[in-house]
Amino acid sequence: MLQQKTVASTGNSLVAEAMRQCAPDVMAAYPITPQTTIVEEYAKFVADGRVHTEYVTVESEHSAMSACVGASAAGARVMTATCSQGLAFMWEQLYIAAGLRLPIVMANANRALAAPINIHCDHSDVMGCRDSGWLILFAETAQEAYDNTIMATRIAEHPDVLLPVMTCLDGFITTHSIDRAQVMDDETVKGFVGEYRATNMLLDTDNPVSHGNFAGLGGTYFEFKKQHRQAMNGALKVVKEVGAEFAELSGRPFGVIEGWGMEDAETAIVCIGSTAGNARHVARELRAKGEKVGVLKVRCFRPFPAADIAAALKRLKAVAVLDRSESFGEGGPLFLEVRSALYDLETRVPLVNYIYGLGGADVRLELIERVFSDLSDIAAGNAAPGALQYLGTR
Amino acid sequence: MPKLTEIRWHARAGQGAVTAAKVVAETALSADQFMQAMPEYGPERMGAPIKAFTRICDEPIEIHNNIEFPDIVVVLDESLLDIVDVTEGMKADGTLIINTCSPAAAVKQALGVAEAQRVACVDASGIALDTIKRDIPNTPIVGAMIEVTGVIDMESFKGLLAKNLGKKFGQEMIDANFAAVDRAAQEVTVA
Repeated sequence: MLQQKTVASTGNSLVAEAMRQCAPDVMAAYPITPQTTIVEEYAKFVADGRVHTEYVTVESEHSAMSACVGASAAGARVMTATCSQGLAFMWEQLYIAAGLRLPIVMANANRALAAPINIHCDHSDVMGCRDSGWLILFAETAQEAYDNTIMATRIAEHPDVLLPVMTCLDGFITTHSIDRAQVMDDETVKGFVGEYRATNMLLDTDNPVSHGNFAGLGGTYFEFKKQHRQAMNGALKVVKEVGAEFAELSGRPFGVIEGWGMEDAETAIVCIGSTAGNARHVARELRAKGEKVGVLKVRCFRPFPAADIAAALKRLKAVAVLDRSESFGEGGPLFLEVRSALYDLETRVPLVNYIYGLGGADVRLELIERVFSDLSDIAAGNAAPGALQYLGTR
Repeated sequence: MPKLTEIRWHARAGQGAVTAAKVVAETALSADQFMQAMPEYGPERMGAPIKAFTRICDEPIEIHNNIEFPDIVVVLDESLLDIVDVTEGMKADGTLIINTCSPAAAVKQALGVAEAQRVACVDASGIALDTIKRDIPNTPIVGAMIEVTGVIDMESFKGLLAKNLGKKFGQEMIDANFAAVDRAAQEVTVA
């Protein structure tokens, strides 16, 4: 069994540590709360000579991602981190990174988008760019934030993927809380992620290539996008394979979805990030009272594991999908995906959608209890599924 | 059932509450416990009222919400008693630890807490000024908390203190902090 060190650390420190162990050639970053301590600690690693990364301080997030795109196209292993307004400011460059098939790894410290201004946990930032063509992984804990960063490096650079990966952790809740976690030694991580050998690199002057050419009318834009879609679909297999290999190495299970009590659950909550822990805590208490409840955590949002989710939920009598962001459509982003995943089933699973915790609103256990209670009413036929609800607003 | 202890810290920014929340959690980890420590972030300015939280458990902690029903409440600044409801949600058998010169019985009566709720008082600022020569009450008040609640081990706490302080300061500072902890443990009164 691999020896690992048990530490008391914040999620951000562990992300910085994982990045140091993956040893990117280039990091270009701009600080923004609550991401700041990731890039601050990484800058210290560089200043102390603990990692040989070219650290590019830039004047904005737009420039940060632009520098990452350039460095990655040149053939470097590249990482960065941001959140909220910073992620929004990167917008057009996110599409360019994905379209150029550049395996950049970026941490996102999930934070609300203004207005009104708010620095706390919310998934609106990442959900806004869910169609940009990046892979998106979510962490529940500081441990998962560390693990996801290491796995993301392997996944992004996999020849069948070659797409950027965003690894998300909940702002303040996970980024700034000190939690117990295990870290691997540098050699083990180095061995797991391997050395990055870029293909089609700009700096390979013996084999000159150009990136991002004009592909207008009559060009190959349409075919490019189809290949992008194929790569995203194929990435699910790679995420599972890399996750299984990492689980074997670390002793910590990984699933694109992770269920608790789902084997015989009659009702369940589907959610993302740190809230999954609160939901499991309440579910355990209800189980002790004989209620057949479960929790399904979605750890990989892009590619979306629709078939896995449909298989996990198909027998249930009522399911609640919790969204920590708005889409202003027919439900939150996770709800829309889950409902779509269930559409082709022969049986209809009653679904209900809750928008919760926006702008860091505390996810009190009493709120989770209320959701399970509503589900129990729906399962018993005493209430109808349906309309979107805001959970815990005054 | 897992044994979970939840601590809420009230202080003014700059008094070292976040550090105390962290060191207590780290001490628990050194005894192979599971722990969390988190500050409640708001506008950051010296002297503003702040809260921090520590959870300690013998099993993995899955919850990530704020602490609503603390077992222990620690108040590092007496003037907060007038502007913050420090007893909010405190468990029926909870313990309140306050940095004050006033006797515990009088403070307990003034706060109107239930008989089963304990109030412990210690002049942590005075002790800090005498020993560490600065009004940083976090180290002595943790000493008082350990004495009154036994939530973490005193020797482990001192060991960690020595290790942390040793990175920046000399033996003199470590000795001063040990003296602060010992005096607070001796002088704390409970009602």
